[in-house]
Amino acid sequence: MMRNKYARPVRLTEQGEGGQGGASRLTTSAMIASLAAPGQRTKPAPFGQALLALAETRPDLLGLSADLSKYTDLHIFAKAHPDRFYQMGMSEQLLMCTAAGLAREGFMPFATTYAVFAARRAYDFICLAIAEENLNVKVVCALPGLTTGYGPSHQATEDIAIFRGMPNLTIVDPCDALDIEQAVPAIAAHSGPVYMRLLRGNVPIVLDEYDYKFELGKAKLLRGGADALIISSGFMTMRALEAVESLKAQRIDAGVLHVPTIKPLDEATIIREASKTGRMVIVAENHTVIGGLGEAVAGVLLRAGVTPAFRQIGLPDEFLDAGALPTLHDRYGISTAAMSKSIKRWLAA
Amino acid sequence: MEASPSRVNAPSLAERAYRIRRNALRMGEVQGQGYIAQALGVADVLAVAYFHAMRYHPDDPEWEGRDRFLLSIGHYAIAAYSAMIEAGIIPEDELETYGSDDSRLPMSGMASYTPGMEISGGSLGQGLAIGVGYALGLKRKKSDAFVYCLFSDGECGEGAVWEGASGAGHWKLDNLIGIIDVNNQQADGPSSEVTGGLEHLADRFTAFGWHAQRVNGNDIGALVSAFDAARSLREPMPRVIICDTRMAKGVPFLEQRERNHFLRVDADEWQQALAVLEEGRTA
Ligand SMILES: Cc1ncc(C[n+]2csc(CCOP(=O)(O)OP(=O)(O)O)c2C)c(N)n1
Ligand SMILES: [Mg+2]
Repeated sequence: MMRNKYARPVRLTEQGEGGQGGASRLTTSAMIASLAAPGQRTKPAPFGQALLALAETRPDLLGLSADLSKYTDLHIFAKAHPDRFYQMGMSEQLLMCTAAGLAREGFMPFATTYAVFAARRAYDFICLAIAEENLNVKVVCALPGLTTGYGPSHQATEDIAIFRGMPNLTIVDPCDALDIEQAVPAIAAHSGPVYMRLLRGNVPIVLDEYDYKFELGKAKLLRGGADALIISSGFMTMRALEAVESLKAQRIDAGVLHVPTIKPLDEATIIREASKTGRMVIVAENHTVIGGLGEAVAGVLLRAGVTPAFRQIGLPDEFLDAGALPTLHDRYGISTAAMSKSIKRWLAA
Repeated sequence: MEASPSRVNAPSLAERAYRIRRNALRMGEVQGQGYIAQALGVADVLAVAYFHAMRYHPDDPEWEGRDRFLLSIGHYAIAAYSAMIEAGIIPEDELETYGSDDSRLPMSGMASYTPGMEISGGSLGQGLAIGVGYALGLKRKKSDAFVYCLFSDGECGEGAVWEGASGAGHWKLDNLIGIIDVNNQQADGPSSEVTGGLEHLADRFTAFGWHAQRVNGNDIGALVSAFDAARSLREPMPRVIICDTRMAKGVPFLEQRERNHFLRVDADEWQQALAVLEEGRTA
């Protein structure tokens, strides 16, 4: 979309003096803190807490950050274990290369920054210094996909597309605090490079109601449904579960298959669930529709000769707007309401 | 050198700095929090850049003869908007839209959103290297315009800054003026702890072939001299003005706050902050 920066905001031209009127007063920064809806159950800093627990049994565990420890919940670990934490300054390339060197010497570094800066700036360093050597480095990144209203510089809309192309790398996209808590020891138990998308701050907790356990490389069916199957990862699984509730009222019965490990993909489970006839398959992801879970699932199904009606809920192939996160999630179709609307329309067609 | 807007009967630089700070506080209040301490800290530098040193036409931000101002530190957008509002590039009533939906003033500065914004600077470390390209381009066009690039102490952790520094020195870019805001602060804490090496910044740039000055970035007289020296230097080399500034300068109760990279200010404190600022107004 081409923006005209010489046009004044509509709010000011139409409403004149002080015109707040009906215009949204939602602000950008108010949305940095949490994805949780008002009143939703949350847990503070699940990644930091999980790392702290893991540190007890894994003396090889080290924490590194590029001036974003507070913003990735790593500060909790850093505070408890100052001698096991390295502040690298705002130097993402150094962060990844240092992690590689430490891994060579037998340590297990958890390196944190924002998803954009790992995927874009440090890609080459992760690829050659870490992945090609299959080193035991865990890259854990906040602000995956569209989880900030700061605009393209901070919106990692294509991080999974970028990282899926990297051999040896395991990719994890947890849904909630429970998923994160369980994923941390699981990725540590796996020897090799991992990229994990992080939700930080007060993180919603929803999967405890579904008899769920994180297993690396496994997709989990959270609920069945006769009309449609939503295959989702990250917080879009939370949104899918909410959407399914609202669709129920409209006599639409949709199931949810949560895929927290994007790579390697649990092809068997995906093929099994998508083969159940008569169901539309809808992949929902907090990511551009290019190169993410949606296209990964499409490829798996096509190769297996399974061809259900197929739709994608994801971000458009655009540089996204700056603004308040709820506004943007609605605008780009990944809010619960926007998602329910799309599904209803597709099933009616 | 012709300067714009007209300096005749113009407010003093101290008054400009005061108004830049006032604009920043008013924008900060819209969000309730943000990069306010940076804006207050760098206001004197911007006052001298926009109202003493730089050549531009407020009503034609893309005027070919303008000096280019590259804001590498996108999060300092609140500071740049404050200066550009005072300069008449952005209408003052847009203050109230800062960081809101469909505003032209997003929290992280972007060229696609805002008149007068040359680059999109939120992915830190890119500005100086982009400045190398601007400076080479202006030379090809035989333009006498300067390229100013504002970057920060924390940003000096990025390798790309030093690629830019090296390239500019190699190409002897005497039309490039770097301005570093050294406020000894970054996201995780004081830059002296997080990054280190700040005491050697001038030597580091000198070693890359730059003319380096280090000044108190809250001393308008010192800044005027430094900008004048940077512009009038005859040697064919890029120039850097390293500005030591104080976070939240001008509002003492905010200066005292620790963890001020992203300041949270209570609703009732904004008026108080504006009042304290007004007390210190000297013009
Ligand atoms: C490449 C990159 N890495 C990390 C960040 C996140 N970040 C935003 S501001 C900041 C601190 C930058 O240092 P500085 O400008 O000195 O901070 P300030 O003076 O504003 O506190 C960081 C790490 C970023 N925007 N870009
Ligand atoms: Mg700083």
